[in-house]
Amino acid sequence: MNPSRRDAIAALVGWPALASLLSCRRGPERPRYGGEIVGGDLLRGHKLRTGELLARPPVRRERVGTAILGAGISGLSAAWTLARAGDTDFRLYELEDVPGGNARSGRNAVSRYPWGAHYVPVPVDRNPALEALLEEAGAVESRTPDGRPVWAEQVLCADPEERLFFRGLWWEGLYPRAGASGRDLAELARLEREMHRFASLRDARGRRAFAIPRRLSSDDAEWTALDRISMREWLSRNGFTGSRLVWFVEYGCRDDFGSSLDDTSAWAGIHYFASRLPGHATADEPFEEPAPFLTWPEGNGHLVDVLLRSARERIVTGTVVFDVVPRADSVEVRYLDAPRDEVVSVEARHAVVALPHFVAARVLAPWRKEPPPFVAEFQYAPWLVANLTLADRPRERGFPMAWDNVLYDSRGLGYVVATHQSGPSRGPTVLTYYLVFAGEEPRKAREKLLSATWDELSGAAIADLSRAHPDLPGLVTRADVYLWGHAMARPHPGFVWSPGRAAAQQPLGRVRFAHADASAFPLFEEAQDAGVRAAESILKENGTPFLALVALGSGL
Amino acid sequence: MEEGRVRPGPVYLTVLVIATCGLVYELVAGTLASYLLGDSVTQFSLVIGLYLTAMGLGSWLSKFLERGLARRFVDVEIAVALVGGFSAPLLFLAFDSPRWFQPVFFSVVVAIGALVGLEIPLMLRLLKRSVVFKDLVAQVLTFDYLGALAASVLFPLLFVPRLGLVRTSLVFGLLNAAVAFATIRLFRREIGPPGGLLARAAVVTLLLLFGVASADRLTDLAEEGQYADEVLLARSSPYQRIVVTKNRAGFQLFLNGHLQFSSVDEYRYHEALVHPAFGVVPGARRVAVLGGGDGLAVREILKHPGVESITLVDLDPAVTRLAREHPLFVALNRGSLLSPKVKVVNVDAMKWLEEGTDRFDLFFVDFPDPSNFAVGKLYTSRFYALLGRRLAPDGAFAVQSTSPLFARRSFWIIERTIRAAGFATRAYHATVPSFGEWGFVLAAAHPFGVPEALPPGLRYLSTETLASLFAFGPDMQRTDQPVNRLDNQVLVRTYEDEFRRFEP
Ligand SMILES: Cc1cc2nc3c(=O)[nH]c(=O)nc-3n(C[C@H](O)[C@H](O)[C@H](O)COP(=O)(O)OP(=O)(O)OC[C@H]3O[C@@H](n4cnc5c(N)ncnc54)[C@H](O)[C@@H]3O)c2cc1C
Repeated sequence: MNPSRRDAIAALVGWPALASLLSCRRGPERPRYGGEIVGGDLLRGHKLRTGELLARPPVRRERVGTAILGAGISGLSAAWTLARAGDTDFRLYELEDVPGGNARSGRNAVSRYPWGAHYVPVPVDRNPALEALLEEAGAVESRTPDGRPVWAEQVLCADPEERLFFRGLWWEGLYPRAGASGRDLAELARLEREMHRFASLRDARGRRAFAIPRRLSSDDAEWTALDRISMREWLSRNGFTGSRLVWFVEYGCRDDFGSSLDDTSAWAGIHYFASRLPGHATADEPFEEPAPFLTWPEGNGHLVDVLLRSARERIVTGTVVFDVVPRADSVEVRYLDAPRDEVVSVEARHAVVALPHFVAARVLAPWRKEPPPFVAEFQYAPWLVANLTLADRPRERGFPMAWDNVLYDSRGLGYVVATHQSGPSRGPTVLTYYLVFAGEEPRKAREKLLSATWDELSGAAIADLSRAHPDLPGLVTRADVYLWGHAMARPHPGFVWSPGRAAAQQPLGRVRFAHADASAFPLFEEAQDAGVRAAESILKENGTPFLALVALGSGL
Repeated sequence: MEEGRVRPGPVYLTVLVIATCGLVYELVAGTLASYLLGDSVTQFSLVIGLYLTAMGLGSWLSKFLERGLARRFVDVEIAVALVGGFSAPLLFLAFDSPRWFQPVFFSVVVAIGALVGLEIPLMLRLLKRSVVFKDLVAQVLTFDYLGALAASVLFPLLFVPRLGLVRTSLVFGLLNAAVAFATIRLFRREIGPPGGLLARAAVVTLLLLFGVASADRLTDLAEEGQYADEVLLARSSPYQRIVVTKNRAGFQLFLNGHLQFSSVDEYRYHEALVHPAFGVVPGARRVAVLGGGDGLAVREILKHPGVESITLVDLDPAVTRLAREHPLFVALNRGSLLSPKVKVVNVDAMKWLEEGTDRFDLFFVDFPDPSNFAVGKLYTSRFYALLGRRLAPDGAFAVQSTSPLFARRSFWIIERTIRAAGFATRAYHATVPSFGEWGFVLAAAHPFGVPEALPPGLRYLSTETLASLFAFGPDMQRTDQPVNRLDNQVLVRTYEDEFRRFEP
């Protein structure tokens, strides 16, 4: 291995991982596996930066009822909602060649696998939109007499769910229990009690303090004040100082938000735990099980496929939307048809901007002219996802392979096993490895990531996991990596309840905003809720009858 | 001491050694043959007869050797070291192809016999110049018989239990090689420059040492220690470790260290698994067996002439191949998997259930106990729901459900899970000495009565006692248990808990 590659890997995942790679892969420098950097057409996206496109005249004009910009979960959910109401006069414009956005998935001869989002927790409160979609996805087996869904066993995350590589062995669960003292465990129990308390809080209007989607949460200042401090601050103010506990909570923040304890809002950090508890704990029954996860081999890509049923013929892929101009009773959208290198102008009655906010800031004409103050509030950490196809299961010691497999002292987030739900427990599989640059200056981290070669990136992922699986390098038959330069907006302190963030969601004339970013939480439920709401408000304005799935008008 | 004479003392010691070696090879061959070919009385006398005849042949051949007797003797020792030493590894390898086993086996026995037959006549002739003839015969034969005694006592008591057959034969090969070296030294006058002999002896010694070092690949000493009996066959398939052991009473199959059956009492288990379900669906024509690659359940199913087709679904082709080809297995399952009614499919049973659409009147679910998450999936409500989709409307199925005595909670979890999947159930149990008290669950879409009819010719079940299997004493009574689901795998966790109590 040449020194520069070594340094690059160390820069990505740190020196300990590199040491393990060096010790187990002597010999030829070139890896024996193939692979590539997949997707994320950076050149296309970067065309937005120069403004050069704005000067190009359109070669074609199109008209459409609703133009949906971006075919991630939010855009697809808007399309799904319109189609459910029988309104098929819409079109989706998507930058990439495949729809799905952060919930994209891939497949090879061994398995399907996620490229980003990979699970949705079972809703703890009624969520009609999510329930309806999951029903279409075959996840609802039946309904209880009061209409609650009974979840199909095969889509609930199969046991064992999680394990942690700690002190040379795998252990069940994510909290590092091995060798934990009585005090450590008491502290963990105290945290759990505290989260149960947060889960059971209701305001005068009966709203949960911490709800999914976030807009259903109470806006009582008593709790939203937690948004002004960081999760680290909250932990220390409440005497949670044990290193195991701090690690456990920080892992949750890194895993869900891509942020460190310092740049996670305490409100968001608590939301991560409390919003997934049913919230009916009592003094007699103080502990409840958190909501189980729904997952598929291809992760949320499964739900993308379901959403696509109503949108497939109406998606235009390979389009760079670069200009959105709200007019009195229409919206003008301009995009580059990248394969043909042609600029097209669309006149739409409505537009749903289901684009990440940093993109929206560049394409919305009024925002371009006069950047609103909230633009700077959206912060994005870069992520690296590697799908490692293995010829066989790696050797390991301790608790057997789970769905989610985390390494304690790693900068990575570990891996999920694509064949966990469907497949046999041996033989070839695909591991989806996640690495997020939490706690680093996003722009620097992004540069580091984007300048690395495939060889370095795949090497870094394998090196990191080799500490738990020494024979991994020899088992990898393919290593594909995906770079998420702006993976998700993170809920840093002050962001969740910021008036600016709420303003960013306000429609501009007939332009509505649907991306998960605007909700402050990078979650499937948020993206879907925002997409459905945008579409329902269009249906309402158009006078199209529909069965409402979300309550309109409630908080932003 | 005169020119040309040797001291007879050390020579007698070599006689003792070669005699021991000779008998050990005979015992190794006999034991292996009885393991593989069964019926040890005929087998043993056949081996002994053949071996003695071959020895006679060797003794007769000795008269054609005239010059350079000492050199010839050393060569014979080197050859015995090679053929005898590698006899057990060679025969173990030949196990894999039953067609070749017999020819290989008989050639090895004849070769060793003939070489051993050469040893004593040559030794007598070598010593006759140094010792008075009547003393010579007396001494040599005494040590010969003493060696035989040593072998026959130490073989079963020390070598087989401590070293296993493969290492035993290799170690005795090394002793023969040591005799070769000793002879080169004792008869250095007769032999002259020993260059070629030394080189040959050294090569064979190195080969044997290498054999000992790699014997673990054939049979793992540590693994053999786990089993009470001789390990006859040990093999790793991609799915599991397959070990067959053998003792005087019969043979046993272990998968990943768990006993699957003992040939002594498996009929109790398999009669109990199979026949009660036929009482619920007497007209069953299409039958499927999930797991049970050993073909023993199929043997019982074939006792019902109304059955037209049997589909056996077992993940591991290595197991079904054993069941189809290995003489011991074929003898026990009466060639059941070779029946034209039987179709063998080597896939994951859950996948097979999920992907197919054809229906069956009866299912027999015969998986290993739920000792890990991979097997635990095959006991979930999801699994039984999938099975239900492939079950004819008035079909039924029987599930091996671990022991209601040792793993009482586990047993009732399985029963509860099958009910939760929407079936009517009846639990029952049987006594299988190798396992202890063993349990099964019978299930059907509609409620059914305790079965009464049985086919003729069974050894364990009888119409008088059948109903009693469905009654549980207080220590096995039903207890209230949760449903085993993919997302809780409560069975694996409970089973581990219950069996941990029985670990030392
Ligand atoms: C690595 C990773 C893991 C995740 N894991 C989970 C998880 O397990 N569970 C969970 O709930 N959430 C997870 N998320 C969060 C995920 O972002 C949301 O769940 C959800 O998928 C977001 O959907 P969206 O439609 O709001 O945004 P996006 O998926 O970002 O969709 C935006 C779309 O707009 C397109 N686009 C961008 N610019 C343009 C342009 N100029 N013109 C046209 N189209 C454009 C993009 O290509 C994209 O398809 C994860 C995110 C990442 C990055």
